[in-house]
Amino acid sequence: MPGLGARLGRGGATTTLASLAESDCIVIMGSNMAENHPVGFRFVVKARQRGARIIHIDPRFSRTSALADLHVPIRPGSDLVFLGALVNYVLHSERWNNDPFFREYVLYYTNASVLISPDFRDTEDLAGLFSGYDPHQRRYDPSSWQYAGQVRRLEGERWPCRPFVAPERDPTLQHPNCALQVVKRHFARYTPDLVEQACGVPRDLFLAVADTILANSGRDRTTAFCYAVAWTQHTIGTQIISCCALLQLLLGNIGRPGGGILALRGHATIQGSTDIPTLFDLLPGYLKMPRAIPQHATLADYFAAERPATGLWYDMPKFLISLLKAWYGDAATPENDFAYELLPKIGGDYSFQSLLTMMKDGIIKGLFVMGMNPAVGGQNARLARQALANLDWLVVRDVHEIETASFWYNAPEVRSGEVRPQDIKTEVIFLPAAIAAEKDGTFTNTHRLVQWHDKAVDPPGEARSEAHFIFHLGRRLKELYAGDTSPAGRQIAALTWDYPTVGPHQEPDLMAVAREINGYRVSDGHPVAGFHELADDGSTACGCWIYSGIVTPEGEHRAKRRRGDDRASLDWGFAWPANRRILYNRASADPQGRPWSERKKWIWWDPTQQRWVGYDVPDFPATKPPDYQPPPGSRGLDAHPGTAPFIMMLDGQGWLFVPFGLLDGPLPTHYEPWETPVCNPLYPEQPRSPVAPVFLRPDNPYHEIGDPRYPYVITTYRLTEHLTAGGMSRWVPWLAELQPAGFVEISPELARELGITTGDWVIVETARGSAEARALVTERMQPLVIAGRTVHVIGMPWHFGFGGLATGGIANELAALIEDPNSLIHEAKSFTCTIRKGRLHQEGQW
Amino acid sequence: MRLLLELRDHIGLVPNPVSQATRQARSRIRGAEVSISVCPYCAVGCSQLVYTKDGRVIDIEGNYESPINGGTLCPKGAATWQLIHSPLRELRVRYRAPYSDHWEERPLDWAMERIAQLVKETRDATFLHRDENGLVVNRTLGIAHLGGATLDNEENYLIKKLFTGGLGIVAVENQARI
Repeated sequence: MPGLGARLGRGGATTTLASLAESDCIVIMGSNMAENHPVGFRFVVKARQRGARIIHIDPRFSRTSALADLHVPIRPGSDLVFLGALVNYVLHSERWNNDPFFREYVLYYTNASVLISPDFRDTEDLAGLFSGYDPHQRRYDPSSWQYAGQVRRLEGERWPCRPFVAPERDPTLQHPNCALQVVKRHFARYTPDLVEQACGVPRDLFLAVADTILANSGRDRTTAFCYAVAWTQHTIGTQIISCCALLQLLLGNIGRPGGGILALRGHATIQGSTDIPTLFDLLPGYLKMPRAIPQHATLADYFAAERPATGLWYDMPKFLISLLKAWYGDAATPENDFAYELLPKIGGDYSFQSLLTMMKDGIIKGLFVMGMNPAVGGQNARLARQALANLDWLVVRDVHEIETASFWYNAPEVRSGEVRPQDIKTEVIFLPAAIAAEKDGTFTNTHRLVQWHDKAVDPPGEARSEAHFIFHLGRRLKELYAGDTSPAGRQIAALTWDYPTVGPHQEPDLMAVAREINGYRVSDGHPVAGFHELADDGSTACGCWIYSGIVTPEGEHRAKRRRGDDRASLDWGFAWPANRRILYNRASADPQGRPWSERKKWIWWDPTQQRWVGYDVPDFPATKPPDYQPPPGSRGLDAHPGTAPFIMMLDGQGWLFVPFGLLDGPLPTHYEPWETPVCNPLYPEQPRSPVAPVFLRPDNPYHEIGDPRYPYVITTYRLTEHLTAGGMSRWVPWLAELQPAGFVEISPELARELGITTGDWVIVETARGSAEARALVTERMQPLVIAGRTVHVIGMPWHFGFGGLATGGIANELAALIEDPNSLIHEAKSFTCTIRKGRLHQEGQW
Repeated sequence: MRLLLELRDHIGLVPNPVSQATRQARSRIRGAEVSISVCPYCAVGCSQLVYTKDGRVIDIEGNYESPINGGTLCPKGAATWQLIHSPLRELRVRYRAPYSDHWEERPLDWAMERIAQLVKETRDATFLHRDENGLVVNRTLGIAHLGGATLDNEENYLIKKLFTGGLGIVAVENQARI
């Protein structure tokens, strides 16, 4: 979640589900929370019962809308216009300009006062581009986005770091180049009229939302935002989320109870699998995966390029060297740069969509799939299946025989005779997997809460946990490579892999793995108490520094703690980092360390004890006083004043203006989705993201802007009864009975135009493929008037496929490979299509 | 007192005829062992009580002590029991040879060895020590991994550690981008 990371410091939800109950206003946008996170939604209902206002901004009227005070139908892909207009509205409102709370929060806790380089040019100056754009490489050089100020190199470090920047500031916030004024100018054209034109939201409805949010933010009131993948899945998804962070910073809602931004995530540990990443560009704890560039050639080079002089990331060497010790053990020594050379260096984009093309193009030859279903869940699903069919070998581990395992005999193109199994070379090995209740381990939930699940029974038959599979695969490979002194042999030989095994199936001991993740002293294996105990000299090992402290020095796993209460429930599970529940909670107190108000107190400075106290673990050095001023030359967190809540950031402040870290600009800018029926009302010359990675290949055609063959907007979504690509739900009879087949939602207006009634078979088509389903004609979908013309929106759940009990047309058959440049996430929430009555095949042909 | 007796009669607190079967009826979870789990579906993190008897899961319900779900579960969470006992659940290793049109059954141990051999073969054929610029990269693009968001954190750790740290497999991805 770089949208949050770039502005606030961490890519995780800033608040908790329970804290929503203390909100005065909750805006749910880019999410259908009541249906997709039903149990989490009870805190929204609780807030509403206490008098909070609930606003749902979404193209489709759903059960979330039904329980909201306001439902605002919006055109998919226009969210940033709406959010930008909220920013503009707030900045020009009388209240924001007169209430001292906002000024104090913004002046101390954000980079509003920092002067930006005079070389910086905004999209408003350059017709939709920021300064530094290279049209040939479709990339920005961010050097003109930097702070104006002095740059100083740091000397005498054990490990090098980046130069220190002492920015110039204007505390009056009036300088035309201070971040606040730059933001103000950038959003000046995001007006209620533009919202009406671009989003299809009537002016008065927008103003009602804006008034409500502003009235419910301040010293005594807080507003929270909840979002899900309907914000992320856009070519500008990161900037949509970052715009929300910008707005919440301006409104003083970050770090406070009932405020914040809650990312609603879809899988049991999708947060955990980002923290301890099965992602190509990250190492555990959000350390960047080293690249095959001279700047990352050695460990010292890596630190010189990545390590900042100020903020918590100054401690990066402690985290990375401890990781190298955890992985390479005795083979990692101070003399050999802690075996940094053994860490593979990445040389390109190997994210999910690129990976599909690499399979299809024969670069990737073998694939493991564990609990994922790309044959249905992959964008341009037909291409995804062609990619699977081009592999030499494929290992699928799942509970059911999902489409990714059965594509070679069961895919639509095989059933129709277009491809025969005899033509598909892929060697497929399917291994049955265990379910949570059959294994020990932890999940990290949507608000960073790590919870342990006990093994209740052994997995049945030949089903095993992934831990079992990986451990024994690694053991066998170490044997196969024994004595091999090639670089490949040395890499695997150096890996520490000596976990004790337990039980009849010789499962690796998960507590041993947990202790390694937590970190330990190399000398005696004693668990460290937290990341503050990690060292950069090889004396500690730690698998994921942000999870450090999850095992106590006494050996207790804190994710097993189960004592809840009515407030922060600090003894229910463990939230990273260091069990802090609301992130950046220093901002819940005023610059002097006093609660902003009695009603919204969370943590505060206790002058008698000389420490931060309250209901949560302070996300701040516990004894750093509010009036602390860093002495010249200080580094790391010592370089932050006592008023700097965003400890991961260089200056300890939330960033209204992002000098680096985002590839598509320092400020959120509206660009249309890659496929859109309308032009960009702000920048007709630059309608779409100038830096979105595109996949220009014959098997992934795109529609032109306003392509008359594909006049409708389509958005995909989920249902309560199914999970993602269906592997855990479409085969389960109870769930299949509740939601037995795919369907397409269309408005009565469009249905009339096309002569479709509920229950008719329809075919939805794009240049990539087609999907059939029955039509559901419903007023939940509304045509929107965009710039004077009617735009129809079609909704299609994307769970369905050709396997299991609940089947249906594959929505991803329609979607294209296309990415957000920061997150490399696709754009399935808004693209174009056409729809007609009919069937893909004659009835009974299959 | 009379009022109390009348009230007792009124609300039916009089001794009623009860059959032997009813008297002996017990909740089916009585005597079961309870383990605490977490719902495997979405990311809300509902706590679950898993009841087992004789090594078999007999029921799963929401954990009323959880500050997150307070005993409740959604339709998916409430179906966790059936996910475990799904009639379509696969419990055997299956193997499809290249160009074949059918599955074959193979022992788990055979499959593990076969996979280890395939990994070694592909890795050895595609491992790159230095790239075209002479930089040490120690990676292979020949093998990829997908998945993680439905697994455990510890499993993600082991996958990243073995695949990336031990084997140089860099195309490791999960659902965070889906």
